[in-house]
Amino acid sequence: MSFLNHLINGFSLGSVYAIIALGYTMVYGIAKMLNFAHGDVIMVGAFAVFISMTSMGASALLSLIIAMAVCTALGVLIEKVAYRPLRNASSSLAVLITAIGVSYLLQNLALLIFGADSKSFTSIVNLKAVKLFDGQVSISGTAIVTITACIVIMVGLTLFVNKTKAGQAMKAVSEDKGAAQLMGINVNATISLTFAIGSALAAVAGALMCSAYPNLTPYSGTMPGIKAFVAAVFGGIGSIPGAMIGGLLIGIIENIGKAYISSQMADAIVFAILVVVLLIKPTGILGKNIQEKV
Amino acid sequence: MAMLTIKDLEVYYGVINAVKGISFEVNQGEIIALIGANGAGKTTILHTITGLIQAKSGSIEFEGKELTKTPAHKIVSLGMAHVPEGRRIFQQLTVYDNLKMGAYTRKDKKEIADTLEMVYKRFPRLLERKNQIAGTLSGGEQQMLAMGRALMSHPSIILMDEPSMGLSPLYVSEIFDIIKEINKSGTTVLLVEQNAKKALSIANRAYVLETGKIVLSGDANELMNDDSVKKAYLGE
Repeated sequence: MSFLNHLINGFSLGSVYAIIALGYTMVYGIAKMLNFAHGDVIMVGAFAVFISMTSMGASALLSLIIAMAVCTALGVLIEKVAYRPLRNASSSLAVLITAIGVSYLLQNLALLIFGADSKSFTSIVNLKAVKLFDGQVSISGTAIVTITACIVIMVGLTLFVNKTKAGQAMKAVSEDKGAAQLMGINVNATISLTFAIGSALAAVAGALMCSAYPNLTPYSGTMPGIKAFVAAVFGGIGSIPGAMIGGLLIGIIENIGKAYISSQMADAIVFAILVVVLLIKPTGILGKNIQEKV
Repeated sequence: MAMLTIKDLEVYYGVINAVKGISFEVNQGEIIALIGANGAGKTTILHTITGLIQAKSGSIEFEGKELTKTPAHKIVSLGMAHVPEGRRIFQQLTVYDNLKMGAYTRKDKKEIADTLEMVYKRFPRLLERKNQIAGTLSGGEQQMLAMGRALMSHPSIILMDEPSMGLSPLYVSEIFDIIKEINKSGTTVLLVEQNAKKALSIANRAYVLETGKIVLSGDANELMNDDSVKKAYLGE
């Protein structure tokens, strides 16, 4: 039965990774860049929830909405100030290094404002754990909300991309920015929208993550950010269902690894599996082979 | 009255002066051909007109509106469509989704449906393959899709860049017949082509470009019989 417990916890952690990975994968798919500051947007989101709940006394839901608004604005601002001027830079390395710079900037700003000590985060979920099999298997309220949120977000995003005009514009921009402009699509606005959605999701991920693991520091976003990036690559970067599958798998592997192999080696196992997957299938599980056709 | 007037247009790629002070005009209902060798600046001119590249100086006036200051994504709704070089259809979308993308700026569903029907009538092959992923079409079919996609915006002028590139001779003839038909149904055409013979055979007037400058212009039939044009571009 303990295996089932570990599996459920893995699912829950994996759902958080999946939500973060969606932000990575959407931005990569559309702007063709790796936004390494994405993990730190999660941290900012978590701090926004923390401040709203503890200092301002806002309800959990209102705090989450405030955090989403803060992160949306932050994501759009980062894109506009840091990445847009480099969009036509001759080397894609320039924007990658800028993203790492933004990441450090956010961490250090948080350090300056909130200090280095760990804050104890109050869970945004106020739901009783569900006990199954005479209490042998217990699913925490946070896990239920996290997994549900992940499924809702996944379905919502898939519908958004396939059924709405803005979603179609995203698909067009991801394939060919010039041709998209000729269709009348505002490429800058579409990329801003992508950052907005990714960053709002980061706020949700931050709040859920800190509800499950309630220690919040300015570095809280780093490791989940990297793991979500691994998840996005694992599933096939640029693919929305890929991010979901990759996130869940990484979460489950990490938790099972922690339980049955070694809690210190769990991260090493996750990254080792990434290396193996990339050796066998470099495009990831659902990744497409990109062929240049003349 | 000219529909599209280009005046003293200068365009740079970094330090390279690709278009060196070009002026020409396109009248309503015409087919105008820009011909010239690789690197003459033909594609650059089209890209500058639809805003994909910024002009250094000069003006592009389309139905009284200055285009050099208009962002690229606002141009299609003014009634100007561009079939780019290499077709640049959305490879991973279906034929139908590509066509819908062409009508992105239009709102009226009924009108879009009518245009779609018209496009399918003109290109029956696209109707047959409407649910196929566009990247799996043959080169000629992709060219038809790119043209159909441009027509979906219901343009008053259509810019076509090397529509014959990479196509078999049979397809080339078919594509040029279609361009003629599109023009007959009221759409003005600005055509860029390396296949000068074909281009001159359907155009009303033409401009000959060499390294960023217009070196010759006039009636297409006359140019076809011009000795220097014959020698340099028609291989006679």
